[in-house]
Amino acid sequence: MSGNATEKDDQTSASRRNVSLPISRVRLIMKSSPDVSSINQDALFLTTKATELFVQHLALSSFNHGSGKDSNSLSYSDLAHTAEQTETFHFLTDILPKKILASDYLKSLEQMQEEDADV
Amino acid sequence: MAERPEDLNLPNAVITRIIKEALPDGVNVSKEARRAISQAASVFVLYATSCANNFAMKAKRKTLNAGDVLAAMEEMEFERFLEPLKEALEVYKKGQKGKKEVSEQKRKDKEKKTSEDKSRMEEEPEAAEEDVEN
Repeated sequence: MSGNATEKDDQTSASRRNVSLPISRVRLIMKSSPDVSSINQDALFLTTKATELFVQHLALSSFNHGSGKDSNSLSYSDLAHTAEQTETFHFLTDILPKKILASDYLKSLEQMQEEDADV
Repeated sequence: MAERPEDLNLPNAVITRIIKEALPDGVNVSKEARRAISQAASVFVLYATSCANNFAMKAKRKTLNAGDVLAAMEEMEFERFLEPLKEALEVYKKGQKGKKEVSEQKRKDKEKKTSEDKSRMEEEPEAAEEDVEN
Protein backbone atom coordinates (compact mmCIF):
# COMPACT_ATOMS: atom_id res chain seq x y z
CA MET A 1 0.00 0.00 0.00
CA SER A 2 1.24 3.45 -0.84
CA GLY A 3 -0.28 5.05 2.27
CA ASN A 4 1.85 3.03 4.68
CA ALA A 5 4.83 5.33 4.87
CA THR A 6 2.81 8.45 5.63
CA GLU A 7 0.75 6.53 8.15
CA LYS A 8 3.86 5.57 10.04
CA ASP A 9 5.06 9.17 10.02
CA ASP A 10 1.74 10.25 11.45
CA GLN A 11 2.03 7.76 14.23
CA THR A 12 5.48 8.67 15.41
CA SER A 13 4.87 12.39 15.43
CA ALA A 14 1.42 11.92 16.96
CA SER A 15 2.75 9.81 19.77
CA ARG A 16 5.07 12.57 20.85
CA ARG A 17 2.33 15.11 21.34
CA ASN A 18 -1.08 13.49 21.36
CA VAL A 19 -1.46 9.77 21.84
CA SER A 20 0.86 6.98 22.86
CA LEU A 21 -1.25 4.01 21.77
CA PRO A 22 -0.76 2.92 18.16
CA ILE A 23 -3.62 4.29 16.07
CA SER A 24 -3.27 1.47 13.53
CA ARG A 25 -3.86 -1.15 16.22
CA VAL A 26 -6.93 0.66 17.50
CA ARG A 27 -8.28 0.76 13.96
CA LEU A 28 -7.73 -2.97 13.64
CA ILE A 29 -9.75 -3.59 16.79
CA MET A 30 -12.51 -1.25 15.62
CA LYS A 31 -12.61 -2.92 12.22
CA SER A 32 -12.96 -6.33 13.82
CA SER A 33 -16.50 -5.28 14.63
CA PRO A 34 -18.59 -6.63 11.74
CA ASP A 35 -21.00 -3.68 11.46
CA VAL A 36 -18.33 -1.05 11.01
CA SER A 37 -17.62 -0.17 7.40
CA SER A 38 -15.41 2.89 7.66
CA ILE A 39 -14.01 5.25 10.26
CA ASN A 40 -12.77 8.73 9.60
CA GLN A 41 -9.42 10.00 10.88
CA ASP A 42 -10.87 12.17 13.66
CA ALA A 43 -13.05 9.35 15.00
CA LEU A 44 -10.04 7.06 15.01
CA PHE A 45 -7.94 9.59 16.86
CA LEU A 46 -10.70 10.23 19.42
CA THR A 47 -11.19 6.53 20.11
CA THR A 48 -7.46 6.08 20.63
CA LYS A 49 -7.30 9.04 22.98
CA ALA A 50 -10.43 7.87 24.82
CA THR A 51 -8.84 4.45 25.33
CA GLU A 52 -5.86 6.10 26.99
CA LEU A 53 -8.11 8.12 29.27
CA PHE A 54 -10.01 4.94 30.04
CA VAL A 55 -6.85 3.05 31.02
CA GLN A 56 -5.82 5.90 33.33
CA HIS A 57 -9.29 6.17 34.83
CA LEU A 58 -9.65 2.42 35.40
CA ALA A 59 -6.20 2.13 36.97
CA LEU A 60 -6.59 5.16 39.20
CA SER A 61 -10.08 4.44 40.48
CA SER A 62 -9.19 0.80 41.11
CA PHE A 63 -6.17 1.91 43.07
CA ASN A 64 -8.04 4.57 45.04
CA HIS A 65 -10.85 2.22 46.01
CA GLY A 66 -8.68 -0.85 46.22
CA SER A 67 -7.10 -2.76 49.05
CA GLY A 68 -3.52 -2.00 48.03
CA LYS A 69 -3.44 1.67 48.91
CA ASP A 70 -1.35 1.06 52.03
CA SER A 71 0.98 -1.44 50.42
CA ASN A 72 1.26 0.74 47.29
CA SER A 73 0.10 -1.96 44.92
CA LEU A 74 -2.63 -2.61 42.39
CA SER A 75 -3.87 -6.17 42.02
CA TYR A 76 -6.32 -8.06 39.87
CA SER A 77 -8.89 -8.23 42.65
CA ASP A 78 -8.90 -4.43 42.92
CA LEU A 79 -9.85 -4.28 39.24
CA ALA A 80 -12.50 -6.98 39.56
CA HIS A 81 -13.91 -5.08 42.52
CA THR A 82 -14.09 -1.85 40.50
CA ALA A 83 -15.82 -3.62 37.60
CA GLU A 84 -18.43 -4.94 39.99
CA GLN A 85 -18.93 -1.83 42.13
CA THR A 86 -18.74 1.04 39.64
CA GLU A 87 -21.65 1.56 37.29
CA THR A 88 -19.57 2.84 34.37
CA PHE A 89 -17.26 -0.17 34.55
CA HIS A 90 -20.04 -2.77 34.64
CA PHE A 91 -19.41 -3.70 31.02
CA LEU A 92 -16.11 -5.20 32.17
CA THR A 93 -17.54 -7.77 34.56
CA ASP A 94 -17.38 -10.51 31.90
CA ILE A 95 -13.65 -10.14 31.37
CA LEU A 96 -12.87 -9.18 34.97
CA PRO A 97 -14.67 -11.89 36.92
CA LYS A 98 -14.18 -11.95 40.64
CA LYS A 99 -11.95 -14.74 41.77
CA ILE A 100 -13.37 -17.02 44.38
CA LEU A 101 -12.02 -20.14 46.00
CA ALA A 102 -13.28 -23.40 44.56
CA SER A 103 -14.35 -24.45 48.05
CA ASP A 104 -16.48 -21.31 48.43
CA TYR A 105 -17.97 -21.86 45.01
CA LEU A 106 -18.91 -25.45 45.81
CA LYS A 107 -20.45 -24.30 49.07
CA SER A 108 -22.61 -21.71 47.35
CA LEU A 109 -23.54 -24.28 44.72
CA GLU A 110 -24.66 -26.67 47.44
CA GLN A 111 -26.63 -23.94 49.09
CA MET A 112 -28.38 -23.10 45.84
CA GLN A 113 -29.26 -26.72 45.29
CA GLU A 114 -30.67 -26.97 48.81
CA GLU A 115 -32.75 -23.88 48.22
CA ASP A 116 -33.99 -25.34 44.97
CA ALA A 117 -34.86 -28.54 46.76
CA ASP A 118 -36.81 -26.60 49.38
CA VAL A 119 -38.91 -24.97 46.70
CA MET B 1 -8.84 -7.53 9.25
CA ALA B 2 -7.23 -9.11 12.24
CA GLU B 3 -5.61 -12.36 11.31
CA ARG B 4 -4.30 -13.44 14.68
CA PRO B 5 -6.12 -13.04 17.99
CA GLU B 6 -3.15 -11.18 19.47
CA ASP B 7 -3.71 -8.49 16.84
CA LEU B 8 -6.64 -7.38 18.94
CA ASN B 9 -4.44 -6.69 21.94
CA LEU B 10 -2.87 -3.35 22.63
CA PRO B 11 0.90 -3.26 23.13
CA ASN B 12 1.74 -4.13 26.74
CA ALA B 13 4.66 -1.74 27.01
CA VAL B 14 2.49 1.25 26.13
CA ILE B 15 -0.36 0.15 28.41
CA THR B 16 2.12 -0.30 31.27
CA ARG B 17 3.51 3.19 30.71
CA ILE B 18 0.05 4.78 30.71
CA ILE B 19 -0.84 2.96 33.95
CA LYS B 20 2.42 4.07 35.57
CA GLU B 21 1.81 7.68 34.57
CA ALA B 22 -1.72 7.61 35.98
CA LEU B 23 -0.81 6.19 39.40
CA PRO B 24 1.27 7.80 42.14
CA ASP B 25 4.99 7.08 42.00
CA GLY B 26 6.17 3.69 43.17
CA VAL B 27 2.89 1.81 42.95
CA ASN B 28 3.48 -1.82 42.08
CA VAL B 29 1.05 -3.14 39.46
CA SER B 30 0.87 -6.93 39.28
CA LYS B 31 1.34 -8.66 35.95
CA GLU B 32 -2.16 -10.06 36.18
CA ALA B 33 -3.57 -6.58 36.77
CA ARG B 34 -1.71 -5.15 33.79
CA ARG B 35 -2.98 -7.89 31.54
CA ALA B 36 -6.52 -7.34 32.78
CA ILE B 37 -6.34 -3.59 32.16
CA SER B 38 -5.03 -4.23 28.65
CA GLN B 39 -7.91 -6.58 27.90
CA ALA B 40 -10.34 -4.11 29.41
CA ALA B 41 -8.96 -1.45 27.06
CA SER B 42 -9.61 -3.66 24.02
CA VAL B 43 -13.16 -4.30 25.22
CA PHE B 44 -13.57 -0.56 25.73
CA VAL B 45 -12.60 0.07 22.09
CA LEU B 46 -15.15 -2.49 20.89
CA TYR B 47 -17.88 -1.13 23.14
CA ALA B 48 -17.19 2.46 22.09
CA THR B 49 -17.10 1.43 18.42
CA SER B 50 -20.41 -0.35 18.68
CA CYS B 51 -22.06 2.63 20.44
CA ALA B 52 -20.59 5.10 17.95
CA ASN B 53 -21.70 2.89 15.07
CA ASN B 54 -25.27 2.95 16.38
CA PHE B 55 -25.25 6.74 16.19
CA ALA B 56 -23.86 6.65 12.65
CA MET B 57 -26.48 4.11 11.57
CA LYS B 58 -29.28 6.18 13.10
CA ALA B 59 -28.09 9.11 11.00
CA LYS B 60 -27.84 6.79 7.96
CA ARG B 61 -24.13 7.34 7.60
CA LYS B 62 -21.60 4.66 6.82
CA THR B 63 -18.52 6.39 8.17
CA LEU B 64 -17.94 6.88 11.88
CA ASN B 65 -17.06 10.48 12.67
CA ALA B 66 -15.87 12.45 15.69
CA GLY B 67 -19.41 13.33 16.76
CA ASP B 68 -20.36 9.65 16.88
CA VAL B 69 -17.45 8.85 19.17
CA LEU B 70 -18.24 11.77 21.49
CA ALA B 71 -21.91 10.74 21.60
CA ALA B 72 -20.80 7.21 22.42
CA MET B 73 -18.75 8.48 25.38
CA GLU B 74 -21.84 10.21 26.74
CA GLU B 75 -23.95 7.11 26.26
CA MET B 76 -21.33 5.03 28.06
CA GLU B 77 -21.38 7.58 30.91
CA PHE B 78 -17.83 8.66 30.37
CA GLU B 79 -18.80 12.33 30.19
CA ARG B 80 -15.63 13.11 32.10
CA PHE B 81 -13.68 12.29 28.92
CA LEU B 82 -15.57 14.76 26.74
CA GLU B 83 -13.62 17.92 27.55
CA PRO B 84 -10.12 16.38 27.36
CA LEU B 85 -11.13 14.62 24.13
CA LYS B 86 -12.36 17.80 22.50
CA GLU B 87 -9.19 19.60 23.49
CA ALA B 88 -7.00 16.79 22.18
CA LEU B 89 -8.90 16.74 18.91
CA GLU B 90 -8.32 20.47 18.43
CA VAL B 91 -4.58 20.01 18.96
CA TYR B 92 -4.56 16.99 16.67
CA LYS B 93 -6.37 18.82 13.89
CA LYS B 94 -3.99 21.76 14.16
CA GLY B 95 -1.10 19.35 14.04
CA GLN B 96 -2.46 17.65 10.94
CA LYS B 97 -2.95 20.97 9.22
CA GLY B 98 0.35 22.33 10.48
CA LYS B 99 2.28 19.28 9.39
CA LYS B 100 1.65 19.97 5.73
CA GLU B 101 2.68 23.58 6.13
CA VAL B 102 5.74 22.65 8.12
CA SER B 103 6.97 20.11 5.59
CA GLU B 104 6.41 22.60 2.81
CA GLN B 105 8.27 25.27 4.75
CA LYS B 106 11.11 22.85 5.42
CA ARG B 107 11.40 22.06 1.75
CA LYS B 108 11.46 25.75 0.88
CA ASP B 109 14.07 26.42 3.56
CA LYS B 110 16.18 23.63 2.24
CA GLU B 111 16.00 24.95 -1.29
CA LYS B 112 16.81 28.41 -0.05
CA LYS B 113 19.71 27.11 1.99
CA THR B 114 21.26 25.14 -0.83
CA SER B 115 21.02 28.10 -3.16
CA GLU B 116 22.48 30.33 -0.46
CA ASP B 117 25.27 27.87 0.13
CA LYS B 118 26.02 27.83 -3.53
CA SER B 119 26.19 31.60 -3.77
CA ARG B 120 28.28 31.77 -0.60
CA MET B 121 30.72 29.27 -2.01
CA GLU B 122 31.04 31.46 -5.00
CA GLU B 123 31.40 34.63 -2.95
CA GLU B 124 33.55 33.53 -0.07
CA PRO B 125 36.81 32.82 -1.83
CA GLU B 126 36.75 36.32 -3.20
CA ALA B 127 36.01 37.79 0.22
CA ALA B 128 38.91 35.83 1.67
CA GLU B 129 41.22 37.11 -0.98
CA GLU B 130 40.17 40.65 -0.26
CA ASP B 131 40.97 40.14 3.41
CA VAL B 132 44.44 38.99 2.59
CA GLU B 133 45.05 41.95 0.38
CA ASN B 134 44.00 44.39 3.07
